[in-house]
Amino acid sequence: MKFQKTLLGAAIAGTLASGSMAGEVEVLHWWTSGGEAAAIAVLRDMVEEEGHTWTDFSVAGGAGENAMTVLRARAVSGNPPASAQIKGLEIQEWGDLGFLASLDDVAAANGWDDFLPEEVASVMKYNGEYVAVPVNVHRVNWMWINPEVLASAGASVPTTLDELWETADQLQEAGYTAIAHGGQAWQDATIFESLVLATGGPELYSRAFVDHDEDALTSDAMREAFTHLRRVTEYLDQGAPGRDWDQATSMVIRGEAGMQFMGDWAKGEFTAAGLTAGEDYLCVAFPGTEGTFTHNVDSLAMFEQRTEANREAQQTMARLVLSSDFQETFNQNKGSIPVRLDHDMSTFDECAQASMETFLATSQSGEGLVPSMAHGMSTTSSIQGAIYDVVTAYFNSTSMTEDQAVNRLAAAVRAAR
Amino acid sequence: MTQSPPLSEPTRAVRKVHKPSLGDRLAEQIPRLVVSPTMLIAVVFIYGFMIWTVVLSFSTSRILPRYEFIGWQNYQRLFGNERWMVALTNLGIYGVLFVVICLAIGLLLAILLDQKIRAEGFLRTVYLYPMALSFIVTGTVWKWLLNPSVGIQRFGRELGFENFRFDWLVSSDMSIYTVVIAAVWQSSGFVMALFLAGLRGVDDSIIKAAQIDGASRITVYTRIIIPSLRPVFFSAIIMLAHIAIKSFDLALALTGGGPGYSSDLPAIFMYQFSFTRGQMGVGAASAVIMLMGVMAILIPYLYSELRVKKDDR
Repeated sequence: MKFQKTLLGAAIAGTLASGSMAGEVEVLHWWTSGGEAAAIAVLRDMVEEEGHTWTDFSVAGGAGENAMTVLRARAVSGNPPASAQIKGLEIQEWGDLGFLASLDDVAAANGWDDFLPEEVASVMKYNGEYVAVPVNVHRVNWMWINPEVLASAGASVPTTLDELWETADQLQEAGYTAIAHGGQAWQDATIFESLVLATGGPELYSRAFVDHDEDALTSDAMREAFTHLRRVTEYLDQGAPGRDWDQATSMVIRGEAGMQFMGDWAKGEFTAAGLTAGEDYLCVAFPGTEGTFTHNVDSLAMFEQRTEANREAQQTMARLVLSSDFQETFNQNKGSIPVRLDHDMSTFDECAQASMETFLATSQSGEGLVPSMAHGMSTTSSIQGAIYDVVTAYFNSTSMTEDQAVNRLAAAVRAAR
Repeated sequence: MTQSPPLSEPTRAVRKVHKPSLGDRLAEQIPRLVVSPTMLIAVVFIYGFMIWTVVLSFSTSRILPRYEFIGWQNYQRLFGNERWMVALTNLGIYGVLFVVICLAIGLLLAILLDQKIRAEGFLRTVYLYPMALSFIVTGTVWKWLLNPSVGIQRFGRELGFENFRFDWLVSSDMSIYTVVIAAVWQSSGFVMALFLAGLRGVDDSIIKAAQIDGASRITVYTRIIIPSLRPVFFSAIIMLAHIAIKSFDLALALTGGGPGYSSDLPAIFMYQFSFTRGQMGVGAASAVIMLMGVMAILIPYLYSELRVKKDDR
């Protein structure tokens, strides 16, 4: 009993000694694979160095589905974690439910508005206030190429859609799988959004996937994108349906396939295989989308906290996430680029530098920087799901026509609103 | 059901004389006390949540439950959804084929095993063993077997049949049948066990009498033994049917609902809409439809069960 009292006293004294500063941040995330886990551990160390406690709350699996289920349960029971890996329009959905805390003080003190591109900042804000902090930027409209395979088939790197089919034909004649792909709904949608960007340009892309404008959804460019999508299926191998994206990437690495259309997280696979960008593999913009940038920004949304100490810890973490140190190490590990426009890119590889260049150019001109539909940046999960359904049904069907596809797309989007 | 059994006469007689002691009263209440926590848990977590789901299916719930009611809109949306219709059609195909094929194979295996053969115990275990695996394992193994680039198709081609094709897994039209194959492989041994138990229960003297009357072996089976297995058929169908409606893990592991959503099943649809697509209302509506499907099978079953009991009395 006496011992317990002493302990309690010590605890109180300890709390008082460190002032109101020492709080706890509980972070729900699904950065659990090797490189990702190492990347987030950096943040943990930085937070702990500031004297706060970090409680890791990682839920693996299902591309975050499992984590989201846990988060909902916690939120409903009135005990959400301090921060959770939520991105894109889902931030707005959580904002609508009234769970999120404002970060405006940290944002103002650290001048976030100065170095964050407006396009990204607007995603992080709910009702004009920062409620989430961006961690990294992925570019989705990339094409990954094995140059040896292309050379042995006598093909050149395509820059337009016409050239793409030419290259694909040459690869197929030479006996390669032209396009490495995994037939999962999100991967089908990833190719589809790049095709829309190529056929319709960023303006039509935004009208269709951000504003969900019916005319844009049923436009000729959309039809054309579907036609091209059907063409993609001609160049796949039979094992494609259901394959995971990293297996498709390793087909390119092993030289079985010529190219893959995938976001820059694929780079991690190439790096892990010990390959060098620009030599052993090439990263080029998806044909016809050069100078545009489909962004996929991971972010940590902040939940309303009960105690002042925890709020303090939460704000500290938000500040650290956007610090140059963290941005540098995290993105080196993750394959993405820093979200800060003022970041020095000299230590990054060729692909990341090219990515940053386009990111800078598009965010300064305000043209060509578009949110990724396939990765939940432009639509709510329900509309995104509705688009997935139509795209993947078309991709796997031999009988659905382009007209049917655009009509079903428009109808599905209308129904999911 | 919950009433305690009537006290026997002598106890009652004693009671008239003495006031019941505390111990007696406690003893009387103990069965109820012991059963009540389970009862309470069942009521809250099964029936309570069923009612909650029904309530949610009429609400505007999206990523979290929300209690603004919109009537039948979620059901309209559900039945206007192409994917749900595909899932329902698939459930029809899968459910019927799964039940029928399982019964046929199970019965055949049971009859063959019942021929007083050697090593029956061993063979029985072999056929029953797939049931020891979880559906996830079954799904993963069959995914590899059926994958055209690594499985049976490749094996056939390597044997020299260059044009051998078995690509159901990657074909939108045929993928649901691969789920049937895997499910039948897993469950027919179990059905066999049920039938075998039934066969052992058939009275030998009837069969012998029939044989003396000159009935052929086939006649004995078709006219006497199989008809007498009626109750076994009944329980097997009920068990298989609700395994079919609940099917989720097998299809998810085997085809992932794909290619596209061609092998989608209602349970997968429900999970995705409720938990990953932020359409809890529509997801709840689909769950209610599934519940009604299960009830459509269970109610006739319960009804006939209870009626049989009454007849027995």
